[in-house]
Amino acid sequence: MNPPVATAFFFYLLAATMIIGGVLVITRKNAVHSALALITALLAQAGLYLMLYAPFVAGVQIILYAGGIMVLFLFVIMLISIERNMKERQFNKQWLIGIVAAAALGGLFIAVYTTTTRGQQLFPEGRLAYGEAQNTQAVATLLFDRHTGTYMFSFEIASLLLLVAIIGAVVMAKKRI
Amino acid sequence: MHGLLDISTLHYLVLGAALFLLGVIGVLTRRNVVIVLMSIELILNAVNLNLVAFSRYWQGMSGPHGGPMALHGQVFAILVITDAAAEAAVGLGILIAFFRNKETVNVDEVNLLKW
Repeated sequence: MNPPVATAFFFYLLAATMIIGGVLVITRKNAVHSALALITALLAQAGLYLMLYAPFVAGVQIILYAGGIMVLFLFVIMLISIERNMKERQFNKQWLIGIVAAAALGGLFIAVYTTTTRGQQLFPEGRLAYGEAQNTQAVATLLFDRHTGTYMFSFEIASLLLLVAIIGAVVMAKKRI
Repeated sequence: MHGLLDISTLHYLVLGAALFLLGVIGVLTRRNVVIVLMSIELILNAVNLNLVAFSRYWQGMSGPHGGPMALHGQVFAILVITDAAAEAAVGLGILIAFFRNKETVNVDEVNLLKW
């Protein structure tokens, strides 16, 4: 199997797209701009999934997240009037505490990720030697197969969750509850 | 230490941590409920990135849990995406009901249950 071409370049390109998109999501005043930045970040993440040899998850990411969920968000943004909200203050009074809490969490991440046990990094390099041609089939085998389908029950629970969510959304959006 | 040009699992984990922190800052500091929900999506995506990165990591390992069929992380990512869809539907439904009652999407004014 040939070594991948320019992996580092594409990783940093997609990572920078995701970070910039994430920063724009939490800093823009207009919710529509935030949604567009989030769509950009989600598409870049789909590219990262492809780099991780997960083409099925990448497809689900594009179709479901960037296509479905974000359209739902944009619909709701257009249902509620955003003009008044844009004139208000955008950040609440606890922004300082929020940033301090996030910094503490970031310190925890750094502490964990730089941990070495017996001179070894926590996550040593795992090299992948297999192609992605069978990826969708393999995921389906884990989800559905009668003998090796470890996640069949989880799948059924997920479908039940979606049913409950549909009913809940319809009830919530009714005129009179 | 890993080289910067040799992309490893740790690179993806650091990117996921950065996105997670951005989402946490958004949830804690923004007042617009729509943007708070989008920040939650950002957090879920950071977790998904970690799951898929670990899936690739285990595919490269040998042993009883590793190997080319170790796609558990990707299955988890699909289940998390399902959950995100359900959460977005219900959350935005609640948001519409709230907006109809109080004519605002400011999270500071969501205090009907406050005692």
